[in-house]
Amino acid sequence: MKSRLNAILDALLPLFATLAALLVGAIMLIILDVNPLVAYGALLNGAFGSSNALAETLVKATPLLLVGLGICIAYRGNVINIGGEGQMIVGAIVATWFGLRYTNMPGWLMITLAMMLGALAGAVWGGIPGVLKAYFNVNEILSTVMMNAIAVQLLNFVLTGPMIDPIQSEKASQIPQTARLEEAYRLPRLVPTRLHLGALIAVGLAILVYFLLWRTTLGYRIRSVGQNKFASRYAGIKVERYIIIALMLSGALAGLAGVTQVYGVNFRMITDGSTSGFTGRAGYNGIVAALFGSLHPIITIPASILFGALLVGANTMQRVTQVPSALITALNGLVVVFVVSSEIWRKKRQQKRLTIAIEDQEFDEFSNEIPGHSVEEAS
Amino acid sequence: MTDLELNSGKKVRIESVTMQGITKRFPGVLANDRVDFDVKASEVHALLGENGAGKSTLMKILYGLYHQDSGEIYINDELVKINSPTDAINLGIGMIHQHFMLVPTLTVTENVALGLPSSRGPLTDLDRVSKRILELADLYGLRIDPNAYIWQLSVGQQQRVEIIKALYRGADLLILDEPTAVLTPQEVDELFGIMRQMVNDGFGLIFISHKLHEVIEISHRVTVLRNGKKVGTRPTSEVDKSELAKWMVGHAIDFITTTDQIQCGEVRLKLENVSCESDRGAKGLKDINLELCSGEILGLAGVSGNGQRDLAEVIVGLRKVSSGKIFLEDEDITGADVDVLIKKMLSYIPEERMRDGMIKDFTVAENLILREHDQPKYSDNGFLKLKSIENHAKELIKLFQIKTPSHKTMAKSLSGGNIQKIVLARELSRKPRTIIAAQPTRGLDIGAAEYVREQLIIQRNNGTAVLLISEDLDEIFALSDRIAVIYEGKIMGILSREDATKEKIGLLMAGVLPAEQA
Repeated sequence: MKSRLNAILDALLPLFATLAALLVGAIMLIILDVNPLVAYGALLNGAFGSSNALAETLVKATPLLLVGLGICIAYRGNVINIGGEGQMIVGAIVATWFGLRYTNMPGWLMITLAMMLGALAGAVWGGIPGVLKAYFNVNEILSTVMMNAIAVQLLNFVLTGPMIDPIQSEKASQIPQTARLEEAYRLPRLVPTRLHLGALIAVGLAILVYFLLWRTTLGYRIRSVGQNKFASRYAGIKVERYIIIALMLSGALAGLAGVTQVYGVNFRMITDGSTSGFTGRAGYNGIVAALFGSLHPIITIPASILFGALLVGANTMQRVTQVPSALITALNGLVVVFVVSSEIWRKKRQQKRLTIAIEDQEFDEFSNEIPGHSVEEAS
Repeated sequence: MTDLELNSGKKVRIESVTMQGITKRFPGVLANDRVDFDVKASEVHALLGENGAGKSTLMKILYGLYHQDSGEIYINDELVKINSPTDAINLGIGMIHQHFMLVPTLTVTENVALGLPSSRGPLTDLDRVSKRILELADLYGLRIDPNAYIWQLSVGQQQRVEIIKALYRGADLLILDEPTAVLTPQEVDELFGIMRQMVNDGFGLIFISHKLHEVIEISHRVTVLRNGKKVGTRPTSEVDKSELAKWMVGHAIDFITTTDQIQCGEVRLKLENVSCESDRGAKGLKDINLELCSGEILGLAGVSGNGQRDLAEVIVGLRKVSSGKIFLEDEDITGADVDVLIKKMLSYIPEERMRDGMIKDFTVAENLILREHDQPKYSDNGFLKLKSIENHAKELIKLFQIKTPSHKTMAKSLSGGNIQKIVLARELSRKPRTIIAAQPTRGLDIGAAEYVREQLIIQRNNGTAVLLISEDLDEIFALSDRIAVIYEGKIMGILSREDATKEKIGLLMAGVLPAEQA
């Protein structure tokens, strides 16, 4: 009974954390002389108020979900992938290059190939920190962040040089962007909004990731390595190999997120010199979405939608209330801080509960029953 | 009376300690239920009980580590409140923990002085401490060099340092928590000698153990706890081993031994001049030669940390050999991967089961296929066969009487004993041809331990080759067809059970070869 209550509390914890963050945000709004109720009303309206608003929310949620699914896999393998941004970028670069290089292919074929290539590129970008971690014990948090820096410089390079839009290269402005993909290559729209097929693909992949983690030997091994390396070695599992695989799968899903951004939303790549110019920070926000979703691929679906809504709604809020955009960034930051700390708190609490449970059991071992034993009364 | 001039004056000597109606409740369990216990000066009072009977809780209350929910403690018939170990020490109660609380890089003197105010204020008084240690050592035959570093000392010597620490702090009642668990038989004899000397000098000693013969040998009175309740207190001279065992578990126990002679079959496992490096701090293996036949239990005796773990890991593929060869059923398996050896039906019950043998956040069912998850029985082209995994789990839960709400329960929420059973069930149920069992009964209480021993004997009778690595000599003697002794990574000798005596084995465990014994 108590444990069930705890489970419900744990599941709702990210929601409470979000509300707490919004509460702190309300104080900031009051200081800025804005009625928080009006502001948050605009936020809600902007995220869910119309079919267009809802579609925008889902469009924003798609890369969050894809990156988030990768985070779920990485976390289960006890590796932390902060490299979603870089993996998205290289995935998008490779897929865009392919789409621009090979013209007049059937749309479905191009989209399939572009997605596979983008995922592969993301896997390589994630796999490098994986190899470094597995064989040289290089901290993957550090190496994935560094891979982000390399990816953004790569992006700036290819968009100002090899892959620049031929039209732009002739102009004086030289905006760093690629040419547009042909109409046939674009991901089909689902309803007459910007919502594209990528959203459905992401949901399908969420189910697939769930299946992978709990129904296949690959998932069994990733989880095993993530939980206990000693026992995994004892089970004959090659620990290094599965650390790399976990990071590669994580990178592949982020790479795919990059592909959907190009083939579903922008139809070209453009850079403002930073990572977030292309990714919209989805590589980071996807981590929060996954934590939001208790690192469970299925729960990460609503979590991504919730976070997508927050991003979209905040824009509306900014327009309506005229608060500085810095406040929106601060609000997002607050949510991240609160959710991540609530997760740490939850883990500590869980540990504590576990310790208590184990201490209890010290007095409960074997009680009176002795198995497989002849019982006879002593004379 | 001894002259404890450094610490006397602030308290009176303990003549008796009485614990009355001690009750301690932990969430969901009654650890101590109205327990009465008393100990007097000049006696050894043994406290006996299975794991989880409440011995440790009772003693932790006396030492101020826990606080009782109800009940009183009297010293010399005067009510006392013990809120912390500091209170206990000030009252003259000392505790020798099972795991020593010593700093390896400091000397004996420094360890004894650690945490105590110096008699010279801000300057150290190590010379005075050292002098006092020698005095105490002299009184009780605790031979020790005050200037030796802890890391240089054997386990038995470290234990003496712990005793000196307690004496130096003015203890006249000592709680000894399973003090013999880490000692060779000879060291046990020495410890008992020290204990007798102390009793003659008026000390009160509480001796916690689950080794019945030791309790009978050393104690004057014995109290048995079961499930947090006191079963009774009796003068030791009026009880015998089987009676005590019956008190502990609630009914009679047959002590299992292998009595029948079994012909050694073909050689299953063979080690030829195997050496290996070890982790920091532990010794590796040096030129190990060993043969293990089908249908025999080969017991490997030795004091903890003499290479037992390395030997097991080298055989099962978890540790690389630096030289030598290993053969499993005449096939060279030197350097083979763990998964290859699993498929050759080599089972391994690791020493640290909680760390190496199972995954806490996996379900019982998932843990039960840990080493065989990619066998056709449980997976098909990379997809887990959930139904057959579930059936397998249900079957083993029933067969090995694993107490769990269901096969889907997380292993971490099971009790320690039941977690052990998961490992045993998995390793024994797969019809292994060779078993490496490292400390298979450690941490289990009598009933469960006997069950495990019985399982090993059944395996042996079915023709399985069993290497039993154990620090419990009684267990080695009860089960083994042959006994090998390991010391500092070397095999000191292999004796048939008829030739083996505890004295011979004990000396080998201490590194003394037969030639030197003569």
